Amino acid sequence: MSPRRTASGGLIDRSRSIRFSFDGDFYTGHPGDTLASALLAQGVTLFGRSFKYHRPRGVLTAGVDEPNALVTVLRGDAREPNIPATMLEIYDGLTVVSQNRFPSLAFDVGAVNQLGGKILGAGFYYKTFMGPVFGPLKGTRFWMFCEHFIRRAAGLGRAGKVADPSRYERMNAFCDVLVVGSGPAGLMAAKQAASSGARVVLADLEPRLGGSANWSGESIDGTAAAEWAAATVAELKARPNVRLLPRTTVWGYYDDNTLSALERVTDHKRTARKGEPRQRHWTIRAGRVVLATGAFERPMVFPGNDRPGVMLAASAARYATEFGVLPGGKIAVFANNDGAYRSALALREAGTSIVAIVDVRAEVSTAARELATKAKAEILAGQAVVATEGGKTLSGIKVQTFDAATGVVRGDARSIDVDFLAVSGGWSPIIHLASQAGARAVWDEKAQAFMLPPATERWTGAGACAGEFSTGEALAGGAAAGSWAAGGASATDPVPEAGGAVLDIAPAPVFEIPAGGKAFVDFQHDVTADDVRLAHREGFISVEHLKRYTTLGMATDQGKTSNIPGLAIMANALGKQIPEVGTTRFRPPFAPVSVGSLAAERYGDIRPERLTPMHDWHVDNGATMYSAGLWHRPMIYARPGETVDQAYVREARTTREKAGIVDVSTLGKIAVQGPDAGDFLDRVYTNMFSTLPVGKARYGLMLREDGFAMDDGTTWRLAEDDFLMTTTTANAGKVMQHLEYLLDVVWPELRVHLTSVTDQWAGAAIGGPRAREILAACVTGTAVDNETLPFMGIVHGEIAGAPVVICRLSFSGEMAFEVYSGAGHGTHVWQALMKAGKPFGLVPYGLEALGTMRIEKGHVTGAEIDGRTTARDLHLDWILSKKKPFVGSMMMDREGMTSSDRLQLVGIIALDNRPLNGGAHIVERLDRETPRDSIGHITAACYSPVLRKHIALALVRGGKSRHGDRAYVSDPLRDRFGAVEIVSHHFYDPEGKRLHG
Amino acid sequence: MIITCPYCGPRDLSEFAYQGDGNRKRPDQASTSQKAWNAYVYDRLNPAGEHNEIWQHAGGCRRHLAVTRNTLTHAISKVGFAGAGATRKPAPRRKPRQKS
Repeated sequence: MSPRRTASGGLIDRSRSIRFSFDGDFYTGHPGDTLASALLAQGVTLFGRSFKYHRPRGVLTAGVDEPNALVTVLRGDAREPNIPATMLEIYDGLTVVSQNRFPSLAFDVGAVNQLGGKILGAGFYYKTFMGPVFGPLKGTRFWMFCEHFIRRAAGLGRAGKVADPSRYERMNAFCDVLVVGSGPAGLMAAKQAASSGARVVLADLEPRLGGSANWSGESIDGTAAAEWAAATVAELKARPNVRLLPRTTVWGYYDDNTLSALERVTDHKRTARKGEPRQRHWTIRAGRVVLATGAFERPMVFPGNDRPGVMLAASAARYATEFGVLPGGKIAVFANNDGAYRSALALREAGTSIVAIVDVRAEVSTAARELATKAKAEILAGQAVVATEGGKTLSGIKVQTFDAATGVVRGDARSIDVDFLAVSGGWSPIIHLASQAGARAVWDEKAQAFMLPPATERWTGAGACAGEFSTGEALAGGAAAGSWAAGGASATDPVPEAGGAVLDIAPAPVFEIPAGGKAFVDFQHDVTADDVRLAHREGFISVEHLKRYTTLGMATDQGKTSNIPGLAIMANALGKQIPEVGTTRFRPPFAPVSVGSLAAERYGDIRPERLTPMHDWHVDNGATMYSAGLWHRPMIYARPGETVDQAYVREARTTREKAGIVDVSTLGKIAVQGPDAGDFLDRVYTNMFSTLPVGKARYGLMLREDGFAMDDGTTWRLAEDDFLMTTTTANAGKVMQHLEYLLDVVWPELRVHLTSVTDQWAGAAIGGPRAREILAACVTGTAVDNETLPFMGIVHGEIAGAPVVICRLSFSGEMAFEVYSGAGHGTHVWQALMKAGKPFGLVPYGLEALGTMRIEKGHVTGAEIDGRTTARDLHLDWILSKKKPFVGSMMMDREGMTSSDRLQLVGIIALDNRPLNGGAHIVERLDRETPRDSIGHITAACYSPVLRKHIALALVRGGKSRHGDRAYVSDPLRDRFGAVEIVSHHFYDPEGKRLHG
Repeated sequence: MIITCPYCGPRDLSEFAYQGDGNRKRPDQASTSQKAWNAYVYDRLNPAGEHNEIWQHAGGCRRHLAVTRNTLTHAISKVGFAGAGATRKPAPRRKPRQKS
């Protein structure tokens, strides 16, 4: 038998028991229990140690606002810290440990920090560890020394180090009406909206829908409120146009009524059903939103207010009524409002005794007095709790006369023997979501709380969230909100009657009892009232500064219980009113969200893969694949026993001596078509294309609008109004978007159509002295001799029955041909070329050999067209037309873009015959100790089979006038230093004799 | 944020690419005014309030759209095709295909 469980009552299932462990000890609870209610029922009062001072802490609340009872849940090797015990449903086998204690919760070494309270005040870290070193125990260096110990001592739970094994899901939902919160107001709103036919989603962060109806003890519609709630939920569940989302925290409110929610699908289960994720992230697009999120009860700030056994009054009542747990035997209530009297009565009716109700107000309303009489509780009006006694549990309180008008305590303190203190400092509507949506909170002097501003076209509030604090008001408000949200067409259903005492819960404006001793404002971050005043004295008077300096409201609970008391104390210190001090705007998330749910199925390597049509052939024929952007491309086709270097040198050498073939399907390909296509290309390329004859190709360079080089490639004129543009592999998307922008926005009058055809064509580049003979052996329907297919010429023909377009152009520097076929024929054509090439010694080559041959030729790629180089830097002046304007033509000659000391493309030869690396710097004076004075860097490097030297391309300051100079490579990361010679970037066949044949 | 593409209907922000200030006017191709080109390439309006912007429906029809958006509230008051109203030369007459 649980020592503090009532014999009957509550919404738990006493017929079944659940066994779980907390800090290694086993406990039992019932279905319907949270960890907090189950442990409280067992008489456990100590749940954790506080953040800074390691003070013993119990449970303060019964919900998502819990700052104290944070625990770590263990599931296999995975651990999840900082879970509020109040939100954790128990299940068989649940394993939980407490946090921030060593060696154990009951005996904690860190509790010695309590003695150092004066030292550890606001700004302790800034004052002690920032800035220059003055003396031995100050400054940043001191921090370096202390960090390890501090990190171990301070903080909340430890994060796990193993990968999260759980599966998460994302879901999109669309609805006419989203109701957030399922208390009486939310249920009425959902019911009303649903009965007018609207598609409704009702979400609540608790497992049990019904909100306060589950524990208020009131009656609705002539029946117990909890039963009314259950019946209404059942009715909603049966409707096809309603989706109920229990255990779902709506945590973000974004533009266009897009809301984010987190559904805890299996966190409360021992094992998930097949296919069930741990949590589900919802993106909900709602026509209108009803915010029925309720209100948080506020604690009072008084010395010792953090001791285990001190709890918010309504939370205590909730444990008694909803969970059948008596949080104490002899209870005192401390309040500044009438609402606490209802909680006192609920506790009394559940079977405890109320020793006293300590009320800061001298005058108490008749309604409250009647409740106190029913609860058999003595009212101590005009008094305040000034101290608590006990250790891991409460043993008594001290009470003194208090003047609410002046905030002064006087007279002698009187001790009262109690084991539990229920506290109520008023209520704050939960306006977080509206604030996220842009609403500016309005201070209500009577309610002493920030309220929602008037509703907008997109959302409205209902219930306590909208200041409708009584159940009757909440039901009516919910019905009205539901009707409005559904379009307001239909007549409202009759609003049920609420039974129970109607109280005015407006509190006296008392937030703090200044009586000396540690009085906590932010329990989770151990921020006291004195810390707030210290921050004020030191000049941190803006709310935002106050937060950051004291860390008030910046713990995982985001100040749900501490924001308003902290603000009130600051306002008091400033001699201002609370609204003059202001409040901070709430930002998402409302409550902590697992990163796993945001990533959902998007983890691991989920990039799309792009494979060329010949991919399988490459893999089958020994290619080592390499990922280039999203593409997979052959790096080398190594023969048995070959290293990477041996393979690419062989491939490049064979290509230069006989023939090689490379897959160029990855090049970006854009069909540029229409009567104005030639004109358009003249505008986007630096050189002329309108004059290009049909059946010819031309190399082109594009600049950006600011005059820097953007991309290069060849464009083929297939017909008068039909061009095939190729781009570099990496820039295909960027170029397409650039061209689309120009056509849509800048020159909409041009009759040009763009189509991305990258994936429609398979491309094979075959080059080398025997390349033409190979083509001649397999191409039908056209000749490929110099007459028919001159340099930059295009012919149409067939290879092994498949239609092909062949263009004679060269990247390798050899006589070479690019053979394009439909993607579906790619492998067929490739295999036919391989077969035809066999007698001629044709080899396939990969990216390494491709790179080697282009470096030997001094051709540029993305490594050199890096967004900072101009056409002139890359020796491409010859391609800049003077006959016409083009994109970038007016910007490319600006001062600074034409100066002679720019980084310019050069060739580099290693004089020590050792490999060079991309990224290495070029220097004039070698200094291994402190490498400095870079004059440029290497962009690409290789071993050149034709020169038999290690060579590189580099961008070097004023490089054009340095040919023949001696310099050094300085590469401290790879410890590579040595002499090099700066030469022309044309290492090989500068006259281009080979490609012209 | 949701942008209502005139072709595709209301679509999520993630389908669109922001393509910059829609107020800037590119100088005539033949313009040699360095000042005008500098302004086009580097000057951007950054109003707090209604702003004319260019968005491309990159994950959809790929059209560039002229969008009027309030930068304070993200409210979109107008969406149309960028470059709408341009007059194109009529397409050249093609010879009817010979039946073979």
